[in-house]
Amino acid sequence: MIRFILTRLLRAFVTIVLVVTFAFVVLRLSGDPATIILGPEAPPEAIAAFRASWGLDQPVMVQYVQYFAAIFQGDLGMSMRDGRPAFDLVMERIPATLALTIPALFLKLALGVPAGVYAALHQGTAFDRTVMVAAVMGFAVPSFVLALGLVLVFAVNLGWLPSGGRDTVWHAILPIITLGLGGAAALARFTRSAMLEVLGQPYIRTASSKGLAWAVVVRSHALPNAAIPTVTLIGFLVGSLIAGAIVVESVFSWPGVGRLMVVAVANRDLAVVQCILLLVATTMVTSNLIVDFLYGALDPRLRHGARAAA
Amino acid sequence: MKAPLVRIKGLNVAFDGAPAVRGVDLAVHPGEALGLVGESGSGKSVTWLAALRLLPGKAAVQGRVTLDGRDLLSLPTPEMERIRGGRIGIIFQDPSSALNPVLTIRRQISEVLALHRGLSGSAIRAEAKRLLDLVGMPDAEGRLNSYPHEMSGGQNQRVMIAMALAGQPDLLVADEPTTALDVTIQAQILDLLQLIRREMGMALVLISHDLGVVAENCDRVAVMYAGRIVESGPAAALFDAPRHPYARGLIDALPTLEDTRRLAAIPGVVPDPRDMPRGCAFGPRCAHAGPECLLDSPPLRAVAPGRRLACARPDLDLTPARPTPAPHLAEVTS
Amino acid sequence: MSALLDLHDIARSYVTRKGLFGQRKLVRAVDGISLTVNPGETLGIVGESGSGKSTLGRMALGLETPDEGHVTFDGAPMPSHGTPAWRALRRQMQMVFQDPLGALDRRLPVIEQIIEPLIIHGIDGDHRRAGLTALSAVGLSADHGLRYPHELSGGQRQRVVIARALITDPRLLVCDEPVSALDVSIQAQVVNLLIDLQAARGLGMVFISHDLRVVRQIAARVAVMYLGRVVEEAAATDLFRAPQHPYTRALVSAAPSPGPRRIERVILTGEPPNPAARPTGCAFHPRCPVALPRCRTEAPALSRIAPGHAAACHLLSPAAKVAAR
Repeated sequence: MIRFILTRLLRAFVTIVLVVTFAFVVLRLSGDPATIILGPEAPPEAIAAFRASWGLDQPVMVQYVQYFAAIFQGDLGMSMRDGRPAFDLVMERIPATLALTIPALFLKLALGVPAGVYAALHQGTAFDRTVMVAAVMGFAVPSFVLALGLVLVFAVNLGWLPSGGRDTVWHAILPIITLGLGGAAALARFTRSAMLEVLGQPYIRTASSKGLAWAVVVRSHALPNAAIPTVTLIGFLVGSLIAGAIVVESVFSWPGVGRLMVVAVANRDLAVVQCILLLVATTMVTSNLIVDFLYGALDPRLRHGARAAA
Repeated sequence: MKAPLVRIKGLNVAFDGAPAVRGVDLAVHPGEALGLVGESGSGKSVTWLAALRLLPGKAAVQGRVTLDGRDLLSLPTPEMERIRGGRIGIIFQDPSSALNPVLTIRRQISEVLALHRGLSGSAIRAEAKRLLDLVGMPDAEGRLNSYPHEMSGGQNQRVMIAMALAGQPDLLVADEPTTALDVTIQAQILDLLQLIRREMGMALVLISHDLGVVAENCDRVAVMYAGRIVESGPAAALFDAPRHPYARGLIDALPTLEDTRRLAAIPGVVPDPRDMPRGCAFGPRCAHAGPECLLDSPPLRAVAPGRRLACARPDLDLTPARPTPAPHLAEVTS
Repeated sequence: MSALLDLHDIARSYVTRKGLFGQRKLVRAVDGISLTVNPGETLGIVGESGSGKSTLGRMALGLETPDEGHVTFDGAPMPSHGTPAWRALRRQMQMVFQDPLGALDRRLPVIEQIIEPLIIHGIDGDHRRAGLTALSAVGLSADHGLRYPHELSGGQRQRVVIARALITDPRLLVCDEPVSALDVSIQAQVVNLLIDLQAARGLGMVFISHDLRVVRQIAARVAVMYLGRVVEEAAATDLFRAPQHPYTRALVSAAPSPGPRRIERVILTGEPPNPAARPTGCAFHPRCPVALPRCRTEAPALSRIAPGHAAACHLLSPAAKVAAR
């Protein structure tokens, strides 16, 4: 068991390092922050000074080593734009993002899972077909299109809700719905197919053959099995709590991490982008770790030291 | 003879318009072991799944299945649920996938005890252990906390049998109970089923594609082909002198350990349920088919005490196949 | 006459893990087996799951290389799997497995799959004609050749696999449970076909099956395997008429048959053998109804008990017989 945890932690660590490395390389290949931040007309001396002060004149390998050395000392660097610690900048934005993504996550779960289960139990009915069509649409329609559609209807035409900003609770409603519907569609589709798969298994027939009522068969025999694959997707949704709202935040001018990311990328604000990516990778990897351990709890076949057949 | 425990009358089952069972009449008497034999697609399993209403909703089921004079096919669902697992138990082919992988053995047996016997608490635990002992499970106490994947196929089938016995049924339907098991384990399980049947005075329906298994374990046998019973009778008499060309063919096609003889293969394949031949379904594969076989599906009629036959030419002389080495090209068939 | 296939004291182990985090363990799937197949002879291999019979079949074809011992084909050592020499030899040794659908490509008409080996091995000639001949040899028509695998029945598919295996005119055919998935009436068709083809072409054949009744029909000699070792080997007639090893006796007595039973039924207790937990001494002793104390500690060697009849059992060794007198 300890070896299992250690290998998983090591794998998680390597994943994070790879993500950060990738970001590091791509950002440095995609344009010079000095020219972008100071503007194309800045005098060469100013650019040189800027580069020297941020260490951009060093060879890339040296920057890379210094960057990682700093991370291990808890220093995620300064924003090139306003000179504040990148970590502080990002942390300031997290509550705003979570204010959208956490309610959206609950919306996804509350809509997606029951819809998927119900559709699977009533396969082929009008409800099932409706769920499937909605799910395919939720899958196919990009979130900005959905967002714009919602804005058009509820903000522009009906005037019930604001179209952007973060002044009142009302401002959060459209972004949350946009995020929630898309995820709910994917979750419903996934839950439905997991449930259908389980309902076709011989042990479901066995459970019925014992005389258990159908509701009991579904509750005690089908759902625990269908939960196993569904947990993977839920884990992914939890993992994208921070990064999952980039588009929606942009559309609704919501001052969250996603918007910060977009601005930072545009400005080649290296430290901020790297800090966000590190944070996103850590959340994703952590939720994956939790999913792995949940598997063990849900599925005895994966439990450690499985007592093999005699 | 006593009144039958379960009587199936005129049972028809179709899936999306394709008939799987076509007018089956069958009676199971208290305490008897009835074998139902046939190849894949013969409808032998579907007959009993339909009788217990375990088929998916798209199956169209007609006919009557009576237990104590009540028609199971028209019983309200809660009453049917009292019969399933209570009066009639059923076990399936692949025990390892027929048990729920995420629930302990204790949990899966206890469900039945709580439902049909009204037991609770420590009584359940004691009874579950007693049942595992009864089916010959080594270390019954310890096995209660195991999961199906931790046990062998034979042990899982023992658990299935224990579960089926938990409701103290009058009839146990065993659907290919040993097909997925090794030969020596198959012998153990069949032996166990016989022992339990005698001790509990329970009736047994043994569904199998293996004539040998049915012959050795059943008092009475019904042979099914393409959704119909083509012949039924006492096991010994039927296997000794089958009257239906298909039953004869099945016996001649079965290799034995006694000698090597050329196996008499039945030419052709089982008909497609969507495209049934006219008249007798076996006609196109039958060496004895005559013009009368094209007229109608022959009904199952009594031809001797305890023996019934569905053949338009009931007086055929079906002497055992002689070893006739035919050139293999003559068998262009399947 | 020199043997077509000679397995000499071969052994093969696998690394397994118990559970997800368990310790690695070396499991001997096949443990010191010597067998020969002569041209035109069918050797039956009988065993339950975990007996190592399929591993043995794969080593006979050179698909796996034994860890110990060696395999010779036609007097020459079996080349390693994947080498050009092995690929060249493949046209002389073919195989048929249980699942014909898995062995066929569902996107190609079956005739193209039947002649594929001719192309692979660069054999010249009229491939189409050869394909049609092969089809008719297995009792299928030219029309069947144009169909796709899913348009054929299980028995027909297995005929296609057999046609493909035989098109390069091999000298050895290894069949692993070739009729186990088929219904009785169709099984008889395929068994007859294999018997006829084997006789007509003088094939050496290894026929692996758990079904004693089928092996009885098709094999001249039979080896019974238990936990990676041969426990009894004899001519089929002798082995099934008078099985000697307690395990073989149990197997023979357990084979269900509609006719009268000739030998008293022996029902073995205990679980099927698990290669990962091999008992000490004679591997069969925990389930053996006649085991002696000695069987727990000392593994019996496979030794001759009658002409052409070998068994691995302390009770059957000549010394034991003398002691019994």
